[in-house]
Amino acid sequence: MRQQIFKSLYRIRRVEEEIARIYPSDKIKSPVHLSIGQESVAVGVCEALRPDDVVFGSYRSHAYYLAKGGDLKKMLAELYGKSTGCAKGKGGSMHLIDVEHGVMGASAVVGTTIAHAVGYAYAMKLQHRSSLVVSFFGDGATEEGVFFESLNFAALKELPIIFVCENNSYAINTHIRFRQKSPNLCEKASAQGLHAERVADTDTLAILDRVNTVAQAMRNGGSGPYFFEFLTYRWKEHVGPNEDYQLGYRSIDEARPWIEQDSVRRAGSELDPVLYEQIKQEVEKEIQAAIAFAEASPFPEPRELFTDVTGD
Amino acid sequence: MQSYVEAIREGTDLEMQRDESVIVFGLDVDDPKAIQGTTHGLAARYGSERVFGTPLSEDAMTGVAIGMALAGLRPIHVHIRMDFLLLAMNQLVNVAAKSRYMYGGQVHVPMVVRSMIGKSWGQGAQHSQGLYAYFMHVPGLKVVAPTTPYDAKGCLIHAIRDDDPVLYIEHRILHFQKGQVPEAPYEVAPGKARIVIEGGDVTLVGISHMQLECLRAQRYLQSVGVKAEVIDPIWLSPLDIDTIVDSVRKTGKLCVVDNGWTTCGAGAEIASLVVERLQGSREVRIRRLGFAPVTCPPTPPLEDLFYPNGRTIASAAYDLVHGTAGDWLPEERSELQEVEFKGPF
Repeated sequence: MRQQIFKSLYRIRRVEEEIARIYPSDKIKSPVHLSIGQESVAVGVCEALRPDDVVFGSYRSHAYYLAKGGDLKKMLAELYGKSTGCAKGKGGSMHLIDVEHGVMGASAVVGTTIAHAVGYAYAMKLQHRSSLVVSFFGDGATEEGVFFESLNFAALKELPIIFVCENNSYAINTHIRFRQKSPNLCEKASAQGLHAERVADTDTLAILDRVNTVAQAMRNGGSGPYFFEFLTYRWKEHVGPNEDYQLGYRSIDEARPWIEQDSVRRAGSELDPVLYEQIKQEVEKEIQAAIAFAEASPFPEPRELFTDVTGD
Repeated sequence: MQSYVEAIREGTDLEMQRDESVIVFGLDVDDPKAIQGTTHGLAARYGSERVFGTPLSEDAMTGVAIGMALAGLRPIHVHIRMDFLLLAMNQLVNVAAKSRYMYGGQVHVPMVVRSMIGKSWGQGAQHSQGLYAYFMHVPGLKVVAPTTPYDAKGCLIHAIRDDDPVLYIEHRILHFQKGQVPEAPYEVAPGKARIVIEGGDVTLVGISHMQLECLRAQRYLQSVGVKAEVIDPIWLSPLDIDTIVDSVRKTGKLCVVDNGWTTCGAGAEIASLVVERLQGSREVRIRRLGFAPVTCPPTPPLEDLFYPNGRTIASAAYDLVHGTAGDWLPEERSELQEVEFKGPF
């Protein structure tokens, strides 16, 4: 398990570092919201899921897309705007999807997909299917009306859904203390009738353990839904490949403790050095192959402009 | 003879019976009033998991419908007033309309959003709006506004079976219409507007409740020797413009009567399409009618002035035919007043 977790964490980190490296070349013409620093939440949660479980998320989508098993080649091709992309170049970084692997899409409008996840969970319950649904969103989403409306309905109908709030304290460049009088997110979820839990430990195994326990209980007929708040930190700017500590809305001093307890490095240090090197090489090889695939793929034909509007 | 309300109820019932993925929800769909009777008996027959009233959460419940549709259900989300759809615009415009496209055709969102336009008995500012043009504007959404019980049933059945999101627009007064409705299921699909009455002097296109007012106008015009052709577009998106263009090619005059404001409205779109198609080959005269460019007032004397009616439509059409300017306004004929909505609501 440790090996699998490190591989998933490292793969996400390196994919995003490569995206940041390529970005100035303008080959990726898609706004990228990098998850660097936040990988342990996506990996810890998704490692507790089955292939037939389903996730919905936000525009900061790369980490959970990859952690859930989303196709890397199709993801990079999508960022390049190529016809081999996961949405044929019609979605971009903010709308990654891989239906086969249970990644059901993302919205550029904060909080929007929380309700989709709830509707999907309703269908699972109605159809007596055993799949669980996970809704990923950030702390900013907990200020949207749709958050409260969705949690209320999910609790009312006791739906098999786990809400995962990745609390990185910032909505774009504004700290939560400037946005919420009472920033206790678990209280907000509890008030809607959910079981709610804050996890401050950024260790991936700790996250996996908590989600696993909750998921198992839900699969064994325990009533959902459940709300997790995971504390985490975004190392890069809100959108784009760079750091932004020079802007002044936050300081490198604030970031330093988070960077020092980097979950990717921590997971790697716990592995046998030979195995560690072997995994790194496998991942690098896969990423370079995916980049080559994206670069070599064709752009969509002009006729694609008018396809997929309706089913007619 | 069956009412519009019964036609909706029966269409829903038949589809729920045929396909267990069809479910119905919205504020009060399972209460004793059952949305004017349109959902009557469905909860008892299909159970509270497939027919349920919702919290007052239009935004999230629209998103819930999208999520259900992604999981293979065919939800029907009911709103007792169209005005409430403004709370659901993000989900409808940003997600329902766009999912098929922005996910490269991998998913589709089969859902029906029923909503009603109100009129009279003091419906006022926020219970009277006909906002279908907002949705016609957006690629990926389909919009239908049936005016007869026959179309109410056939369009609803098509909408439920359609793999794309459909905005199904009812009008509170049309609920009282009665007509012949076949018992067996049938579809009224997009692609064909209906020529309700043939005539060669002027083309009247009436949307939603204004279709009824156009039928009244046709009778008034008949009394002064003007033969109006009355067209019901039925589906607004996709729109069968060919039938309308063919009619205007014949008559040379078009009066399009919107059940909403005229600026950037459905009537403006129809008029533009007709001009684009006929310019250079046929001289046409065009008039748009619709709500007065103000907020709908509840007090009856002002509300009467707010809406076009059979007489004002007839007057405008008469002007188009004769090149006059408000020279004729027919005396009201009581036999043309059909059943009107009686409050209290």
